[in-house]
Amino acid sequence: MLKAKVILVALGAALVVPQALAGSSPEEDRKEVVEYFKQRFPDVPFKEFVNGQYALDDDRRSQWESLQDFPPYEFAVADGKEMFEAAFANGKTYASCFENGGIGVRQNYPYFDTEKKEVITLELAINRCREANGEKPLRYKKGDIASISAYMASTSKGKAFDIKVPDESAALAAYQDGKEFYYSRRGQLNFSCASCHVQNAGNWIRADLLSPTLGQPSNFPVHRSKWGELGTLHRRFAGCNNNVRAEPLPAQSSEYRNLEYFLTYMSNGLPVVGPATRP
Amino acid sequence: MASSIRVRAVQNGGVTSLKALVRHPMDSGFVKDSAGNVIPAHFIQVLTINHNDKDVFVAHWGPAVSKDPFLECRFEGAKKGDKLTISWVDNKGESDSTTATIG
Amino acid sequence: MIDERRRGFLKGVLGVGVAGFALGSGIVPFRVEAATAPNAADWPKKAFRTPGVDETISELYGMDAEESDKISVDLPTIAQNGAVVPVTVETTLPNVTRIALLVAENPNALAASFKIPEGTLPFVSNRLKMAETTDVVAVVISDGKAYKATKNVKVTVGGCGG
Repeated sequence: MLKAKVILVALGAALVVPQALAGSSPEEDRKEVVEYFKQRFPDVPFKEFVNGQYALDDDRRSQWESLQDFPPYEFAVADGKEMFEAAFANGKTYASCFENGGIGVRQNYPYFDTEKKEVITLELAINRCREANGEKPLRYKKGDIASISAYMASTSKGKAFDIKVPDESAALAAYQDGKEFYYSRRGQLNFSCASCHVQNAGNWIRADLLSPTLGQPSNFPVHRSKWGELGTLHRRFAGCNNNVRAEPLPAQSSEYRNLEYFLTYMSNGLPVVGPATRP
Repeated sequence: MASSIRVRAVQNGGVTSLKALVRHPMDSGFVKDSAGNVIPAHFIQVLTINHNDKDVFVAHWGPAVSKDPFLECRFEGAKKGDKLTISWVDNKGESDSTTATIG
Repeated sequence: MIDERRRGFLKGVLGVGVAGFALGSGIVPFRVEAATAPNAADWPKKAFRTPGVDETISELYGMDAEESDKISVDLPTIAQNGAVVPVTVETTLPNVTRIALLVAENPNALAASFKIPEGTLPFVSNRLKMAETTDVVAVVISDGKAYKATKNVKVTVGGCGG
């Protein structure tokens, strides 16, 4: 983490936090973001934002609808269900670690653990459950963890995200940290997340169409045609950081968890659609 | 044991529409792994859809078909409740088969 | 929890071949009697190893194909990812017995070849791999003669790798 910060400073990255957003509450931030995209894309109904680029281009949309006819992630979700329901060596199952047995809970993640003073994401919770029951943790970017997370997400399909930032300093600090990360320029290309997904949402970057911030986390874990398999949100964070030639951080590092916290809060009210398909 | 074949067959106005997704790497033999070694070709060569002992569709596939191949085809002469058998064999001689009921 | 051994066993089931019984997708349990793997003997080996559209059609069908406006090739304008490009072909030509999909710029043009028995509609949808911008050619055998239609699809590298 320190290494990443040193690199950022060395590259002369500047913190760009829009004046209007500095010192505002999470709910005020969210409303501003929603308003910004409403004005930017007046023809896109609010709930459609979860479909990202597919809400913005017909040629892309028809390819997506074609793939959704029989989604490529079906096998992974079936695997995930099997793994989720199978007992650990000690006889317990994942259900014992989650509210409602882990069914229909995706929309509540990530949440801030006020005791441990950290953001808990779904993947982190899955691994903590494993470790608490004597199992080895899974790797965080793809494979089994993505399948299990995808299955759990699928049980929440359609439910609105309901991320909470409790009104206490540690939670607000984590949220702020995520927000600052989002708006900070980084890497050799000196882009922030906002450079592409706020300022250039709807524009083409070579043959890819940039999706708006709004609704992005709702699609994860995502099946990228490029990967030929599912990947978690943190896999994508690392990939995006790589794309701007910034040092990617470890999956489930506190920076990425805070970033996920901020991002998902911005998508409150939008439905869970994961797992989903993307190029 | 989970089959490698997922099928949805629906009958409408005399035409059965079948969609299938098959779990298979469909490696072309042109791709190298991270160590620089060629991943050998491993792809489904023949897939058949059989109804009442008759092949209603035969696909000859090559490695240019995408991973986890999808297929949609349509045929007449079957009715709701009929059974279909979908089978495939790949270039390594591995195979799988499943049955589905037309809905 | 699926551990390595179980994974290996699952792989083994696929490798069992003729004796590999697989129950249906769970809707209706159905015991597959003497499940025979399809016959791969008439898989057109040479045709699948031929570069070039015209050469492949010649190899596959022993004749040239003439252009027909009665074949529709449904393809995206710009593929969102060259690994998975949805292609749908259908035709109003009569008595169709075969359909083939060719990707002109692929190292070997033939992607897939289909047998259309009587009673089956001349329609097929697949997802194909394309490495670059290319023509996709659909070839149809109707009343013993070969016809074709071509559509171009742009395939390029996006900006969002990772």
